[in-house]
Amino acid sequence: MNHLEPIHFVAAEDSAQVDNILEVRDLNVAFRTAQGHVHAVRDVSFSLRRGETLALVGETSSGKSVTCLGLLGLTPPAPYCTISGSARLAARNGKTYELVGTPERVMRQVRGGVASVIFQEPMTSLNPVHTVGAQICESLRIHLGMKGRAATDRAAELLNQVGISDPKRRLTNYPHELSGGMRQRVMIAMAIACEPSLLIADEPTTALDVTIQAQILELLQKLQSDNRMAMIYITHNLGTVAEIADRVMVMYAGRIVEKADVVELFTRPQHPYSRGLIHSVPRLHSGRVRKTPLFAIPGNVPDPAAHPPGCTFGPRCGHFEPGRCDAAVPDLESARPGHLVRCVRWPEIEGAA
Amino acid sequence: MQQQQHSASALLQVQDLRKWYRLGGGWLGRPAQTVKAVDGVNFEIRRGEVLSLVGESGSGKSTIGRAILNLDPPTAGQVHFDGKPLAGLTRRQMRPLRRAMQMVFQDPYSSLNPKHTVEELLSAPLEIHMPQLTAEQRRDRIDAVLKTVGLNPAHRVRYPHEFSGGQRQRIGIARALMTEPKLLVADEPVSSLDVSVQAQVINLLLELKQRLGLTMLFISHDLAVVGHISDRIAVMYLGRLVEIGDAESLLNNPRHPYTRALMAAVPNIDPRQRRPRELLKGDIPSPLAPPSGCAFRTRCPHAQPACANGVPELRMVGQQHATACIRDDI
Repeated sequence: MNHLEPIHFVAAEDSAQVDNILEVRDLNVAFRTAQGHVHAVRDVSFSLRRGETLALVGETSSGKSVTCLGLLGLTPPAPYCTISGSARLAARNGKTYELVGTPERVMRQVRGGVASVIFQEPMTSLNPVHTVGAQICESLRIHLGMKGRAATDRAAELLNQVGISDPKRRLTNYPHELSGGMRQRVMIAMAIACEPSLLIADEPTTALDVTIQAQILELLQKLQSDNRMAMIYITHNLGTVAEIADRVMVMYAGRIVEKADVVELFTRPQHPYSRGLIHSVPRLHSGRVRKTPLFAIPGNVPDPAAHPPGCTFGPRCGHFEPGRCDAAVPDLESARPGHLVRCVRWPEIEGAA
Repeated sequence: MQQQQHSASALLQVQDLRKWYRLGGGWLGRPAQTVKAVDGVNFEIRRGEVLSLVGESGSGKSTIGRAILNLDPPTAGQVHFDGKPLAGLTRRQMRPLRRAMQMVFQDPYSSLNPKHTVEELLSAPLEIHMPQLTAEQRRDRIDAVLKTVGLNPAHRVRYPHEFSGGQRQRIGIARALMTEPKLLVADEPVSSLDVSVQAQVINLLLELKQRLGLTMLFISHDLAVVGHISDRIAVMYLGRLVEIGDAESLLNNPRHPYTRALMAAVPNIDPRQRRPRELLKGDIPSPLAPPSGCAFRTRCPHAQPACANGVPELRMVGQQHATACIRDDI
């Protein structure tokens, strides 16, 4: 693994496009496990502009969460996990941080300060023995040096910002006294406390009711446009992606298989896997209710320690062609400007359903 | 109400079902409080149909599922299964009925014992309910059911951790099918699965319904999923039914504002049609102190002063379609 020399602070002029706040190049994450070497993320490159939402879509074990954990240095230490490639993140104050290979001391400033993350299950990510107020204030103290009354006032302001009524009283609540939706709002308040330039939301609504999911999506959109934050939104449900994303990156077995603008991806999906994901979203029918079978992608995600040869989606794909699809891993090709697809057959199957 | 009429086609009849839990009142001297998790619910499930119970967390839908199976005996009300009342049955008397009514749980990770192989998991119900079977007959039955749910019979020696989430849910379904039940209660069987795998499991349930003539109570919080599987839909809010009807009629012409809110919450799959939606404000109120009158009025965009006067009863608004909203003009 080629570990890049850590560049902790690069002058702003160094980054080619000033508006790109995140530049990820050839990110690879591999784990050493009892079952052998597992290459969880392979050659992932993308960039993110200020105020933009990128959705990272894929099934369980597609590598979408590991990509983000790797960016924030939340993966296990070497030699159990090795990360290579480059990821440059621009802070609001103009500093640029290289996230790969950076010492933990610097990463502590980055996490919560420049980039924060919201996890799926708010009950397990909040500390059950501290009040909500104490947990929000902790972040304010560490990153901004705020103390006492000032920190409490700011925490109350944050709760108000995420739509929690009676914030002063809520600060004294423990996580178990809040509903699932409220806990997720508290997590969001903690995440935006230091006005990060990047927010990573890892399946933030999967554990919630659909009604609360809609509220949380609206809240994220509002906060993002208010603060001009860039957001990486991780999910397995393309339904919510259509509501919130600007661009979409579909991952399968650790690789990007398709990347496009959100409207382009939903109207002209090229990769058979993306099509499958779009078709398998249950929809509310208007008109006649027909109990027709839902479209389902057959089979399961391959074992990460034993990928099939060639295209990893081959064994589940309706367009699989022996000799071509299993010959080599397809390249990420440009189907149209800004639309990348990793499939050798995309020009042939474009018109097919 | 018409739904209460005893009809020969009903496999399950639920009348005025109540499940109250007492909280507190222990030696610490705090006053006891009562949570009315389910408070007066009536419905029936006809043979061969799928009835879905829809609502948010805390609406009482899972409590109903458990009360029907007598896993958590109801506080009041009657449940008739196949014409027989379930109240007051001893465990021994309940056993033959249990064979006919089985449950599929939400989380395929915690509902399968990790120390048992698939074969052990699936033979447990047979040992209890069909002890007359020989070892060979038992194996044949396990193989047949595994094939039915789309699993390889050779995998019966494996442990749950060797399967993916969707495959585990298939094992959960297989276990429920072992005793050849008439009624399957599926409590959020797909909400912990990936969307792509959700579709596989829903299709499997639909196929089983057709092939085996299963009757099903399908519990979910997602109306989009429910729309694909249900013959009829019942919407719950804070322990009561607020709307019940034929799936087509209910989804095409929802009459209760809560049903409409649930429908509006389903994400729109077309990014070109993004628009601000009418969102439901806040959370479901605490069942310890439900609002007076219509429990939904605190979140309802159409609430009027009259909504606070008394709990609205279900009233028919179409053939087989009833709503518990007093307003006709919305």
